[in-house]
Amino acid sequence: MSAADNIATILSSGARLTVPLAFAACGEYVAQRAGTLNISVEAMMLGAAFGSIAVASATGSATIGLVAGALVGVAVAFVHGILSHRVQINTFVVGLVLNALVLGLTSYLITVSTFTGHQVWQVNIPVLRDIPIVGPMLFVQRWPVYLLLAVVPLTWWLVERSRWGLELRAVGENPQAADVSGIEVNRRRRQALLWCGLLAGLGGAYLAVGEVGSFNQNMTAGRGYLVIAAVIFGAWRLGRTLIGCVVFGLADAMRLALPALGVTMNSQLLIAAPYLLALLAMLVFATSHREPRALAQPFQRGTT
Amino acid sequence: MATLGIGGTGQRLLRRLNPGPGGWQVGLATVATVGLALGLSALLIAVTGGSPTASTKALYQGSMASPAAWSTSLLYVAPLLLVAVGACVSARSGFFNIGQEGQVLIGALAGAWVGLRLAVPGPLLLVLVLLASVVGAGIWAGLSALMYRFRGVNIVVSTMLMTFLAQQLISFAVNTPWLLQESRLGRGTLSPQSNPVPENARLTSLGDYPNLQLNGGLVLAVVVAVVLALVMARTRWGFRLKMVGLNPAAARHAGVRVGALGGIALAISGALAGLAGALLLTSPVGTNRLQPGMSLNIGWDGLLVALVARNNPLLAIPVAVLFGVLRAGGSFLAATGVPSFLVDVVKALLVLAFVAPPVVIGMLRRRRLADQPATPTSTSTAPVAAATSTRPADTSAPVTGSDLEAAGPAASVPGPRAAAPQPADPGDAGTAGDKDAMEGRLA
Repeated sequence: MSAADNIATILSSGARLTVPLAFAACGEYVAQRAGTLNISVEAMMLGAAFGSIAVASATGSATIGLVAGALVGVAVAFVHGILSHRVQINTFVVGLVLNALVLGLTSYLITVSTFTGHQVWQVNIPVLRDIPIVGPMLFVQRWPVYLLLAVVPLTWWLVERSRWGLELRAVGENPQAADVSGIEVNRRRRQALLWCGLLAGLGGAYLAVGEVGSFNQNMTAGRGYLVIAAVIFGAWRLGRTLIGCVVFGLADAMRLALPALGVTMNSQLLIAAPYLLALLAMLVFATSHREPRALAQPFQRGTT
Repeated sequence: MATLGIGGTGQRLLRRLNPGPGGWQVGLATVATVGLALGLSALLIAVTGGSPTASTKALYQGSMASPAAWSTSLLYVAPLLLVAVGACVSARSGFFNIGQEGQVLIGALAGAWVGLRLAVPGPLLLVLVLLASVVGAGIWAGLSALMYRFRGVNIVVSTMLMTFLAQQLISFAVNTPWLLQESRLGRGTLSPQSNPVPENARLTSLGDYPNLQLNGGLVLAVVVAVVLALVMARTRWGFRLKMVGLNPAAARHAGVRVGALGGIALAISGALAGLAGALLLTSPVGTNRLQPGMSLNIGWDGLLVALVARNNPLLAIPVAVLFGVLRAGGSFLAATGVPSFLVDVVKALLVLAFVAPPVVIGMLRRRRLADQPATPTSTSTAPVAAATSTRPADTSAPVTGSDLEAAGPAASVPGPRAAAPQPADPGDAGTAGDKDAMEGRLA
């Protein structure tokens, strides 16, 4: 294999590993801009991965599975929203419990049932795929990858340009002021969470019916936490968040590819790299105060 | 609270048990939701083709049926309890630590390093191992506090990210020959791990009652829980901790060094998680070796224990026993064909069942209060009563900033008693409401 081939392989597997992160990060970004530091994104992805395989196996269609996965994500988000923004249980508590619940539930269900593998169809464009280096990365991928090309601008437009997004950002920055100007803070946060659930669900489902084609116990393996790290790494800007996802995806791809290429590099360091980078990014960028001011603060009418 | 025809001490005891007005409602609702959670779990087993009764029996047999089963359960209780007590401390200060899973590992790492590297005779080595784990994990958690103090990094996020760093650090340590990799002649490495810690660095069993092995770790954990419960309930430090957790602004106003106090709370919670890690290393729960998977999710589960115990270290003792029983029963359950993952589902459902009712009932009560017009007590003459009784008029807010700011000056005289003046007349309505609100915040 030539060097170009190696780079092409790493790039294309990096892209594949980036996609689920990018989907979920678009969702987590919206949730955090609305002020919810949503740590149940892991549960959303894992539940969606399971749901997509279960439904794909039952219906025989991976695409229906993908949709079902997204719906599972929405369902988890719905529960999270009710518990943390209606009943007002501490949002971290809710997130932790949901993560534990979904991990237990999916691990249990996968051991008592068997599903057949399914994968969504692959886009394979004849001439363009032969472009050296970037060809396989851009033109030989499962179709949900291209859905991402629609999701990212849509998310950006929703948050930065729509009225809904303006109110959303107000809710994340200063819920009291938003409340005074007639925005229902907690409802808006629940809506943001549902969007997060939808996208995290798509990400998780892509992992199952797109990339792997089956479900393994705890197959997200901390990717949800990585997504949170990506949003923080991106300093609450969508573009940088996606760059963060690409960095994490590439690091993951390198970890898998380097031993095969005979390059010895500390694999623990490569696994830890995303988390380390996120921590360093927070340390470096902390002074610029870019995080939504009301991040992770519950809102109740009348409190301060 | 209605008099139940019990003497003064009994009533005081009941009041202590009673988590505020509506305490009995909360109790009843909790019983109902726990029943629901167990029902759902049974349904889950039945739907997936298992037998709920057989599974329950297996759970019981593996965890409580014999002294040997109890021994297994209690072995799990000690580390769970330590993690939970630490989580109580940090949650009460408002510096919510969720990195226990990593801190457990760091504690084990520090303990293993000392245990394998220092050649100290006798039980002194055990003491050093425990100390090293406490210090190591305390520093590890303290890093998060420093990052918060100097760069404003969110504690929840940093403790969470550092969990993953800790996992890789352990993996690195047991894969690196000069650090802690197992020294073996053959290269038939199955899974990377360290050498076992020497005999004199292990916790001994405290006697062998009819087959019931009580490990020294359990005693240690219970002592720590009781001591910290006393410290939090009865000392100035504990009171300041609570103040910081309830309203940092008011606490700062009253002269409490919020950052330092929160940082210490975080370090303590890390240190206790580290001690739990040392127990995993030195007691027969595991293999007495440092292994990447040795934390057994004790960190996450301990956090859940603290949630169920509503950040009360004493309440954490029975809850930790419950979780230990579920763990021991869960590994036995697998033998009957029902996967032990079921226990994780049961645990999560139980946590929800315990956490939700107080909050829901508090919310309903607030709604009801908000619907009522201002109560006559608001015209009461006592100044403290004026501060507390603004609440009913104040729509849906239980603990408002102004409330605590009003409590601030009084609280600047340190000491638990000074800051909780009991107005004689408005009585339960005001004070119990406060308590209710506090617990709502803490939950």
